[in-house]
Amino acid sequence: MFEDLSFSLEGGCALVVTGANGIGKSSLLRTLAGLVPLAHGSIRLEGGVPDTPPEEHIHYFGHQDAVKPALSALENLRFWQSFSAAAHVSGFSDGPVKPLEALDILGIGHTAQLPAAFLSAGQKRRLSLCRLLVTPRPIWLMDEPTAALDRVSETQLLNLMNTHLAAGGLIVTATHADLALEKTLILHLQTGDTADLPLEEAMQ
Amino acid sequence: MSPWAIALFQRDLRLSVRVGGSALVGVLFFLAVVTVIPFGVGPDLNLLSRIGPAILWIGALLATLLGLDRLFQADRDDGTLDLMLMAGRPLELVVLIKCLAHWVATGLPLVAAAPLLAVFLNIDPLAMGAVTLTLLVGTPALTLIGAIGAALTVSLRRGGLLLAVLVVPLAIPVLIFGVSSADAAIHDPVPFLTPFLILCALSLIAAVIGPIASAAALRFATD
Repeated sequence: MFEDLSFSLEGGCALVVTGANGIGKSSLLRTLAGLVPLAHGSIRLEGGVPDTPPEEHIHYFGHQDAVKPALSALENLRFWQSFSAAAHVSGFSDGPVKPLEALDILGIGHTAQLPAAFLSAGQKRRLSLCRLLVTPRPIWLMDEPTAALDRVSETQLLNLMNTHLAAGGLIVTATHADLALEKTLILHLQTGDTADLPLEEAMQ
Repeated sequence: MSPWAIALFQRDLRLSVRVGGSALVGVLFFLAVVTVIPFGVGPDLNLLSRIGPAILWIGALLATLLGLDRLFQADRDDGTLDLMLMAGRPLELVVLIKCLAHWVATGLPLVAAAPLLAVFLNIDPLAMGAVTLTLLVGTPALTLIGAIGAALTVSLRRGGLLLAVLVVPLAIPVLIFGVSSADAAIHDPVPFLTPFLILCALSLIAAVIGPIASAAALRFATD
């Protein structure tokens, strides 16, 4: 799927993956998440928890919300809080947030007791974002994080992402929107035949 | 049990019993299968009581198959399965706990309904107790073997039919020893314990092979 693709990212840095539809942004993120096996090459994480694979340091925030309509918003969140193992690494200092507080931060505290079936698409998306806050993990992989979010939530999301970066976390995000993130690298994916360089890396 | 295991068990149990869950449907299907048989066989009470344990077992097998296709598919459809693979928990244990919750929600009601349905089939009290006991130790094996089929067909839209075709042959040993131990309780000369202990062993074997095979299938189902 990818050729000559190589990048490295330091703590506190965000990588924005851009490119046309179908170029493989989502596939790249799923590969990093360990959900798609590598044909060649390697993914290395330095300074992680010993004897733990990279994907257990990662929060994957994809197109699907992983929200169960039959459970209330709080029940959904409590489950992920106890089910996902936290990854405590040096150089990353973001502590866990309580489920109710996380719902409040994302502005859906009033829906805590409602079955998630009653939430709108944007609210479900925000509930899914809360998952990233209740279990501290240093790496966030976000596929189109602004999809279905309104302007206010977009600002909240940016604040959260910047807080995560400030705490020493890493973010890799595939997006079409302009995200005002601090310390951003851009990875632009292109098909091999339209350009000589399949990969163009630029520093902002 | 560790907190994450309890959280997973509770979540799966809640999802099965709340709206959209399939806990009650299994029992109703069991009832439908068992009540239909006397209409087909005719009102021969001796015949019914002779084949009664077998009917109950086949009914329980079919009812178990009915709810199995959503065991992993519901989690795959909404992206939960991806996150479960990344959660840092052993997938084999996750599968085992999901099967346990699924059995409590769908298998245990079948066992509870069996004595009542045994009355419809003119099964005498001793045999009623025996068949209920064999269902209690045998239905977990059906769920665990079925989990392999559910994991293999997780990415298919209409996987339910294929699942039944895959699972039924594997469930035959459980059926044989379940029915034969129930029969042994009725006919004196045959010892009850021999086939019953083999049935228990089948459940224990399924509790090892089922989760390992399902977890392997689920890991391949993500890409």
